[in-house]
Amino acid sequence: MSNDQDNKISRRQLIINGGWFVGLIGLGGVFGWIFGNSEKRMVWQIDPNKCIQCGKCALECVISPSASKCVHAHAMCGYCKLCLGFFMPTPNELNEGAENQQCPMGAIKRTYVEDPYYEYVIDEKLCIGCAVCVKGCTAFGNGSLFMQIRHDRCINCNECAIAKSCPSQAISRVPADKPYLLKNKEQNA
Amino acid sequence: MIRSLIAPNKAASGPADPASAACNRSNQTTLFQLLRYPDAEAATGGRASLPGSLLSAFCFLLSLPAYAVQHFPPPDFTTGHKLPVTATPPPRAEWLAYMDIGVLIAALMLATYFVLWKRNRRAIGGLSIFSLAYFGFYRHGCVCSIGAIQNVAQSIADPNIVLPVVAGAFFLLPLIFALFGGRVFCAAVCPLGAAQDIVLMKPSKAPDWLAQCLGVLPWIYLGAAVMYAAIGSAYIICRYDPFVAFFRFGGSVPMLVFGGGMLVLSMFVGRAYCRFLCPYGALLRLVSPLAKWKVTVTPDECVQCRLCEDACPFGEIRYPTPRDGGISRTEGKSRLAALILLLPVFIGMGAGLGYLASDKLAQVDPAVSLAKRVWLEDHGKVKGTTLETDAVRKHDTPKEEVYLQSLAIGKKYRYGSLALGGWIGLVIGLRLIGLSIRRRRSDYEADSAGCVACGRCYLSCPVERFRHGDAEAIKILEEYRA
Repeated sequence: MSNDQDNKISRRQLIINGGWFVGLIGLGGVFGWIFGNSEKRMVWQIDPNKCIQCGKCALECVISPSASKCVHAHAMCGYCKLCLGFFMPTPNELNEGAENQQCPMGAIKRTYVEDPYYEYVIDEKLCIGCAVCVKGCTAFGNGSLFMQIRHDRCINCNECAIAKSCPSQAISRVPADKPYLLKNKEQNA
Repeated sequence: MIRSLIAPNKAASGPADPASAACNRSNQTTLFQLLRYPDAEAATGGRASLPGSLLSAFCFLLSLPAYAVQHFPPPDFTTGHKLPVTATPPPRAEWLAYMDIGVLIAALMLATYFVLWKRNRRAIGGLSIFSLAYFGFYRHGCVCSIGAIQNVAQSIADPNIVLPVVAGAFFLLPLIFALFGGRVFCAAVCPLGAAQDIVLMKPSKAPDWLAQCLGVLPWIYLGAAVMYAAIGSAYIICRYDPFVAFFRFGGSVPMLVFGGGMLVLSMFVGRAYCRFLCPYGALLRLVSPLAKWKVTVTPDECVQCRLCEDACPFGEIRYPTPRDGGISRTEGKSRLAALILLLPVFIGMGAGLGYLASDKLAQVDPAVSLAKRVWLEDHGKVKGTTLETDAVRKHDTPKEEVYLQSLAIGKKYRYGSLALGGWIGLVIGLRLIGLSIRRRRSDYEADSAGCVACGRCYLSCPVERFRHGDAEAIKILEEYRA
């Protein structure tokens, strides 16, 4: 009886040992496959040409304020005196008064360069990624303001919350060595 | 007429261009002038007010494609003004990603050492606090082994998707360690397990039938997560991760409520997420019974004091099989045979139900729900538009493209949900079969699949305590040996 039981245990042990080796070889195979196939690290980025400036970036990102912020490609900017990325559509006056500004955070600094040009610089610390200025610039101006995911803030979630809620599916993974999709070609290179 | 106004500006190469300057001077106020020289009009005594002009400009510009044209050529500065550089902060450095893998390996090795060699509950608890801090709060709970299942599933299903090395390593390493030392990952490395383990205060035993029923859920969750990830619609494990909102100090209200509820539940039901939801735990359950070295409650002989049974908050201590317990051997055999014969029926029923539910499951995919909405709008079934359908119209995406994409994904869902349904049938059938297989055990021992190696039973076992020179343990031992 006890002999019979011993045999049973050893058979069970045999199955376990077999399973162990199958598991080890299987996992080793997957390991080799993974490191054979994986190459570049990927990060999330917005394609500015697909972006419809809906402002969901500001709301859906898991970090607060959003990792998606407005950037300015100065080489594309027209340096307009009346910038509709900066001013309300019907401003009372063309000055930096809060009532005249589109940006709810006052994150755009407007400085005089030479007549009639004004420079617009984004203070990224203040920007919340609402895309109001981007909407104004894209609709009325050169589109030099656009949304980008800032990689000093992005924590590179496995499933990006703003990518999933983006109405125009403008957000996808890009290689980490080219992490920005800037609008002007000089800076993208 | 308005289009003729903008035409000269498009042709103009810059404001210094004499042709365009002449044009500006001679013509009426152009849009170009209006925006760049808004005061000029007022100065020259133009009658139209600024808001009025802006309104007409607004109406005109709405008729333009949104992006395409450089309305205002970039200026050539006469003062030699330099353009500011657009900052592009780089992503997290690559070596930090490899450091994460290194920390994972180190934590797994330490956990194995603490669980199997030191047999020290305190050390295990200390390591789990470190893991909670590092993988939880410092790494914001991402990437984690549980979520990495989806990366692996998606990259297997879609060759275009590259599997990140970190995700691959996080998926594999705990499984490889489980082949040697069981679920040491759950014990002290997983931040989700650590969060629940730390808050566990007053564990109550779930009734056996309930634990068995709920124990099926991780397998179903695993199947659903693999299906959604393989099709590429969603990473549901990440979306419904209970604690990631805490790790990031922010999240949607439903997720915070779910996470908070899980934490409160874990105070009274040990590791509720790990036992009844975690899909990675399901995978570890498969591997850990094969482990070379397993958690044993007693380092020596079992005195059958049953103290470990009370100490285990997860109900994973298996008791010795009674000599004449339960049903007779023939009855048990015929029940087992019937269940094995019924298994294909379970699978078939599940597959059928899954197939019927495929349209509902497909709605998770944004492309499918978008196509449905576009169709409903175009056929006047619903009023108004959504941001998504607006985007389709704004980009002039052909409707056929939207519908075809949806159909292609819908086809994947028919196969996927068929497989998922079959999988659920298989899981339920195997669970019933598992319940009717009886194993002979002579001692109290930890269930090799379910034990998360938390080490609480080490603290309770009098043989173990005696080994450490606990005087009280000697009394208990004498009592039981008598």
